[in-house]
Amino acid sequence: MTGSTRTPVSFLPALVSILLGAVYMVFFLAGESQLEIFGLLLGACLVLLLLRRFKILERVGRSAKDHSMAFGAAAVAATVAISLYFYDDNFVLFLVATVLVYTLTCLGLNIQFGFVGVVNFAGASFFGVGCYTAAILTKHTATPHLLVLLLGGLAAAALGFIVLVPVLKTRGHYSALVTIAFALLFKTFLEVNDTLGGPQGLKCDGLNLFGWNVNQDIVIGSFEGSFYLGYIAVALALCVLGFILARRLEDSWVGLNMDAVRLDETVSACFGQSIPKAKITAFTLGNFYCGVAGALFAMMLGYIAPTNFTFGDSLILLSIVILGGLGSLWGSVAATTIIIIMPEKFQMLQEYRFLLFAALVIAILLFRPQGLLPRPLRAFLTLRSR
Amino acid sequence: MDFGLIAQHIANGLMMGLIYALVAVGFTLFFGVLDIIKFSHGDVLTWGVFTAFSMYLLLTWMGLGHPVVILVIVAVVAMAAIALLGAGIAKVLIIPLKGAPPLNVLLITLMLGTVLRESIRLFYPDGANPKHFPALLPDWSYSWGNFTLRFDNTVMLISGLLMIVLVQLLIKRTKLGMAIRAVSQDEETARLMGINFNLVVYITFALGSALAAFAGVAYGLYYNEINFNIGLLLGAIGFSAAAVGGFGNIYGAIVGGFLFALLQTIGAAALPFASAYKDVFAFGVVIIIMAIKPTGLLGEKETERV
Repeated sequence: MTGSTRTPVSFLPALVSILLGAVYMVFFLAGESQLEIFGLLLGACLVLLLLRRFKILERVGRSAKDHSMAFGAAAVAATVAISLYFYDDNFVLFLVATVLVYTLTCLGLNIQFGFVGVVNFAGASFFGVGCYTAAILTKHTATPHLLVLLLGGLAAAALGFIVLVPVLKTRGHYSALVTIAFALLFKTFLEVNDTLGGPQGLKCDGLNLFGWNVNQDIVIGSFEGSFYLGYIAVALALCVLGFILARRLEDSWVGLNMDAVRLDETVSACFGQSIPKAKITAFTLGNFYCGVAGALFAMMLGYIAPTNFTFGDSLILLSIVILGGLGSLWGSVAATTIIIIMPEKFQMLQEYRFLLFAALVIAILLFRPQGLLPRPLRAFLTLRSR
Repeated sequence: MDFGLIAQHIANGLMMGLIYALVAVGFTLFFGVLDIIKFSHGDVLTWGVFTAFSMYLLLTWMGLGHPVVILVIVAVVAMAAIALLGAGIAKVLIIPLKGAPPLNVLLITLMLGTVLRESIRLFYPDGANPKHFPALLPDWSYSWGNFTLRFDNTVMLISGLLMIVLVQLLIKRTKLGMAIRAVSQDEETARLMGINFNLVVYITFALGSALAAFAGVAYGLYYNEINFNIGLLLGAIGFSAAAVGGFGNIYGAIVGGFLFALLQTIGAAALPFASAYKDVFAFGVVIIIMAIKPTGLLGEKETERV
C-alpha cells in the first residue's frame, strides 16, 4: 500500500463499528437464556458474512488503521461503558476483568511468537510465576502492591532465563519441546512442593493501591458498584500500557529487526542482526507481560492453585495468539474476548466446552490459517510521512 | 542399597522405557515422512487402550474363557483398529495440511488430541473414572532377595522388543520400508520414482498408531488401571524422547525412550529428594540436554555458519 498518495479515510466507520460492538456485547453479556445467546451468535455470524460480502469490513479496517489512536481510545471508552452498565453484576464484571488480564498475557506471547517467532508453550507457567510471586509477597511482606505487580513480572522474566539457553539454541519442534517440558516441569513442581501449598495452592491478598482497598465495593453517594470495577480499571490501564508499548516496539527499528529474524534467521544474521538479542528481548519482555498479568489475576481471585497453570492453559493462550493472527495485536484482543467469554455464556455446554473449544480451533485453523485478523504487511510509508 | 533392589528398579525402568520408546518411534516415523509433529499421538494411544478394554469386555461377555487367547485377540483388534484410526487422521487432517506452517499443524493435532481425550471422557460409559484393566497374563514370578521377576513383564518386554525389531526390519529390509525411507529423504524425487506418496503416508501413520496401541495395551497390563487422560503425559514423554534422541531417527527414539525411563528411575530411587520429583528431574535433564545438543543426541548435524 502506498501511503504517499492516499488521503486518510474518515473515522466514522470505525467509530460506528465500535459503538455497535459495544451494544452487541452488552446484549450478549446480559443474555440469560441459551436460546437468546445462540440467536445473538448466529446473528453476529450472518451480519459479519454480509458485511464481508459488501466489502464494508474492509472500509472499517482501513478507517481503524488510519485513526489508530482514536480507535484505541474508542475501544477503551467502550470497555468502560460496558463495565459501568453492569456496575453491580459481579459475574459479568469478573468476565470482563478476566478478558483484560488474559489480553495482557496474550499481548506478551504475541511479542514472543508473532514478532520474533520464539515459540512459548509455557505461557501459563510464566503467568503462574506471577501469581505465586504475588501470593507470597502479599502474605509475607509489606511490599507496596504496585511494586508487587512489577515484581511478579520481573520474577517471570527472571525464571525465563532458566530456559533461555536451550530456547536460543533450538529451533522449530525442538524449541517447542523445551517449553513444553518446562510447562510440565513447572506444574509438577508446584504440585509436589509443600512450601508453595502443594495441590491445595495458596491464598493471596487483594490489591491495595495507596490505601485504596480494591477488594471493597465502590460506594460513591448513591452509586454502589462491584469491587471488580476497580480491578477492571487497573487491568485496563495495564492493558493500554502494554498495548502501546507493543505497538511502539512494532513500529520501531527493533520491531523491524524482530520481523527479519522471524522471517529468516540466516539472512538477517547475514545482514548483521543479532539473533540472540532479538530473541532474548522478546522472550523476556513477553514473560514480563505474563507475570504482571498473573500477579494481578492472583490478587483478583484471592486464591491460586497449580490446576490453573496446566499445559492445557498454556495451549489455550497459544491458540488465542494464533487464532487472532500472529503478530496482530488487535487480533489478540478480539480472540481473547471470544475464547474467554464464549464458554462461560454457554453454561448448558459446560461439560462439552473443551471438546467444542478444540473443535472450534481446528475449524478456524483449517479454514482461516492466518487467524481472524491477520497482521497486514508492513507499510513503510505511513500517513504521517507523506 | 542392595543388588536386588537395583535390579528391580532396572526391570521397572526397562518396562517403562519400552512403552516410551514405542510411542517415540511413532513420533519419529511421522516426522520422517512428513516433517510434522502429530501431537495427538498420546491420545491415539488412549483410544487403543480403551478399544482393547471394550474388546475384553465383549469377549468375556461372549464367554471366551482362556486369558491368553483373549489377550492375543484384544491386542490384535486394538492394533488393527488404531492403525485404521491413524490412517484416517492422516487422510483427513495431515495430508490436507501439508503446506501449512509447522506450528499450525502442531496446534491442530494438539487440539485433535483434546477432542479424542474429551470424547472418551464424555461418551465412553463412565469414561471419567479410572477403569480396572485385567491382568491377562499368568502371574508367575521368581524372587531373588528383593528382586522379583514377573513372568508377565518379561513377556511384555520381549514382545515389545520384538515389535521394535520388526519395525526396524520392515523399514530396512522391505520394499515398503524403502518407499518410506525414500519419502523421508526427498518427497519430490520419491514421487518421480513412482512411489504413491499418499499411500506411504497412510501406511506410516497406520504403523506408528498400531505401535502406540501396542504400547497402550502393555501400559494397561503393567499398571492394571487405565484412565481417559493417560495419553497426555505419555504423549508428552514420547515427544520428549523422540526429540532428545533426534527426530527422524528410529534409534534416537529408542535411546530417548529408555533414557527418559532411566532418568525417572534415577529421580525416584537414587536422588535424595522425594520420589514425587521424578518427573521434574527428568524434564529438567531433558531441557539441559536440549541446551547442549539442540537437535537431539543422534540428530543430524546442522551445517550453517553465519
